[in-house]
Amino acid sequence: MPIKNVLTTTIDHVSILDADGRFDEKLGKGLIPDADLVKLYEHMTACRFLDEVAFKLQRSGRMGTYPQNMGQEAASLGAAYVLNNDDWLVTCYRENCGLFWRGVPMESILLHWMGDERGNAMPRPHHATPIAVPIGTQMLHATGLAWASKYRGEKRIACTFFGDGATSEGDFHEAMNFAANLDVPVVFCCQNNFWAISVPGKIQCSAPTVAQRAIAYGMDTIQCDGNDIFAVVHCFREAVKHARTKGRPYFIEAVTYRLGDHTTADDARRYRDQAEVDKWKSRDPLIRVRKHMVKKGLWSDAKERELLERVEREVTAAVERAETITPPARAEFFDSMYETLPADLLLQRDTMQTHSIGQDPSQIEGAVIELPTKGHH
Amino acid sequence: MANLTLVQAINLALIQEMERDERVLLLGEDVGANGGVFRVTEGLHKRFGGKRVVDTPLAESGIIGTAIGLAMAGLRPIPEIQFEGFLGPAYDQICSHAARMRTRTRGAFTVPLTIRVPVGGGIHAPELHSDSPESIYIHTPGLKVVMPSSPYDAKGLLISAIRDPDPVIFFEPKRIYRAFREEVPEDEYTLPLGKARVVCEGEQMTVVSWGASVVQCMQAIERSGRSIELIDLRTLYPFDMDAVEASVKKTGRCVIVHEAPKTCGFGAEIATRIMERCFLHLEAPVQRVTGFDTIMPYYKLELDYMPDADRIARAIEEIAAY
Repeated sequence: MPIKNVLTTTIDHVSILDADGRFDEKLGKGLIPDADLVKLYEHMTACRFLDEVAFKLQRSGRMGTYPQNMGQEAASLGAAYVLNNDDWLVTCYRENCGLFWRGVPMESILLHWMGDERGNAMPRPHHATPIAVPIGTQMLHATGLAWASKYRGEKRIACTFFGDGATSEGDFHEAMNFAANLDVPVVFCCQNNFWAISVPGKIQCSAPTVAQRAIAYGMDTIQCDGNDIFAVVHCFREAVKHARTKGRPYFIEAVTYRLGDHTTADDARRYRDQAEVDKWKSRDPLIRVRKHMVKKGLWSDAKERELLERVEREVTAAVERAETITPPARAEFFDSMYETLPADLLLQRDTMQTHSIGQDPSQIEGAVIELPTKGHH
Repeated sequence: MANLTLVQAINLALIQEMERDERVLLLGEDVGANGGVFRVTEGLHKRFGGKRVVDTPLAESGIIGTAIGLAMAGLRPIPEIQFEGFLGPAYDQICSHAARMRTRTRGAFTVPLTIRVPVGGGIHAPELHSDSPESIYIHTPGLKVVMPSSPYDAKGLLISAIRDPDPVIFFEPKRIYRAFREEVPEDEYTLPLGKARVVCEGEQMTVVSWGASVVQCMQAIERSGRSIELIDLRTLYPFDMDAVEASVKKTGRCVIVHEAPKTCGFGAEIATRIMERCFLHLEAPVQRVTGFDTIMPYYKLELDYMPDADRIARAIEEIAAY
């Protein structure tokens, strides 16, 4: 028997507004109405400004470790722009911009990194799950959330974000495999920023694209310039339509770059060249949109100044809200452990607030003395 | 009233909860047409269809991770992990997410799921099919852990677990899946999580146990001819220390029996609590009869590893004579 080919496949790459300002009229015309483009740009600017402020807050000891989103604003924003507001948005920690578009308040993100769980108490109507800390695990939650929609006969889908490092995790493969084999409407978006802390992408994936990994699961897939809001919106329109109408998953590789360190605890100069960073700075997702808007007469220096002033006011107000929130009660961390706290936990909570060492319940009687909190707020 | 095995009692509980509540669905490896490797879900796929009884890909983290998503969306998933030895791949999802979701979101998201897991040795199963890892999950804040020792308890506890608003690991001792039958009401009933059962009352000593070991304890107590109170904890978190305390204050002596390894086994916690609460009532040291701090041996030696009626009886005599 002659050997025959059983699979030939290709991966498309979408770029509409490139770093040099070239705009593909055929794909891009009418994709984003002018008024929306202005709003998207304003969101990216606000997100970038918050990022810079958060960095300074960390450096001045007012906030804990923080992962900057700088350079990666477009991918999650494009997703949130295309998704319905009640579609699930299941993110890790470089999707602030999409969450803000969804209406998640900036102080939610600030509080999370200021060491306050109340930042994770995502208002339910936003249909956004809190930042997932272990890598790739949230992809399975997205699959389950979308599966629940299918189970109930709803049209709601889920969209989940993760980085190139996550594609090495078992949960990445399990989530893709479950979604494809059980026909679950999830859009998987890998923000390929080329670095998982200090480890380059080639250690995570030796194939030429991350996007092609989806083919192995029988999933439709595409790669886009993740710094191009037009390309991101184009791909998400396809992906969301596919998920919603066919009830099937879809994979998007958004090629982008982490312009900052992994977190404020990292120093990227230890492992990557400044020349590489500079090259990607010229591909910044904000700059090209601003130039494009100026060219189209939608934007001006005056508008930019006005925007920056407004954004500064908004971010300052968010920081103030986050920093002046009523401190949690001393034993507040007990209260949400279970819907109804077991008696033993109630006892631990009560004794913790006294001088009792907490071994004999009788020591609590009449001895509940509020001790000053040891934490700092 | 029907005379049922533990497997049949669990099957009945699943049927009744699925009929009562559309949000309940089963997922796992081989739970569909095959009815599970222990036939616990037998007939359910035919009865409720592939939408509610779902054969998943073979991946434990995937099973628990997607079940977390289903639960966050308001459904009541009941994932099955085929054997306790395969909880390992799902550990991250159970402990990093299911257990923490309510508290890390201060109640905005909850994970009402019940993870069913056959547990323990004694059935001549292959490697990693006979372990007793309950302490790991008792030690993980945010979870509830249940292990019944009889068909009647299994049905009532499982229904409570399914209706519980927090994540529950429901360990099913496979050694007694079909070891004996018991009258189990066909009407639905629940048993509260966190309440122990006094299996038999006695005055001279308290024996505390759970799961399949309860049956071994009953044999040992019968053989001893002594007046011994046997407490089956039934729920391991939250656990009914009040029941243990009341009994030990009455008897002054206590033997704790479990299949899991000794060091950091849950018996250590019970013994410490007895020391905290009953110190001046004790007539003898608290004695543990447990598995060993070894890898669970293959089945040729598994009965030497697990506490049996002989070892428990010797401990009872030793503590009675102290």
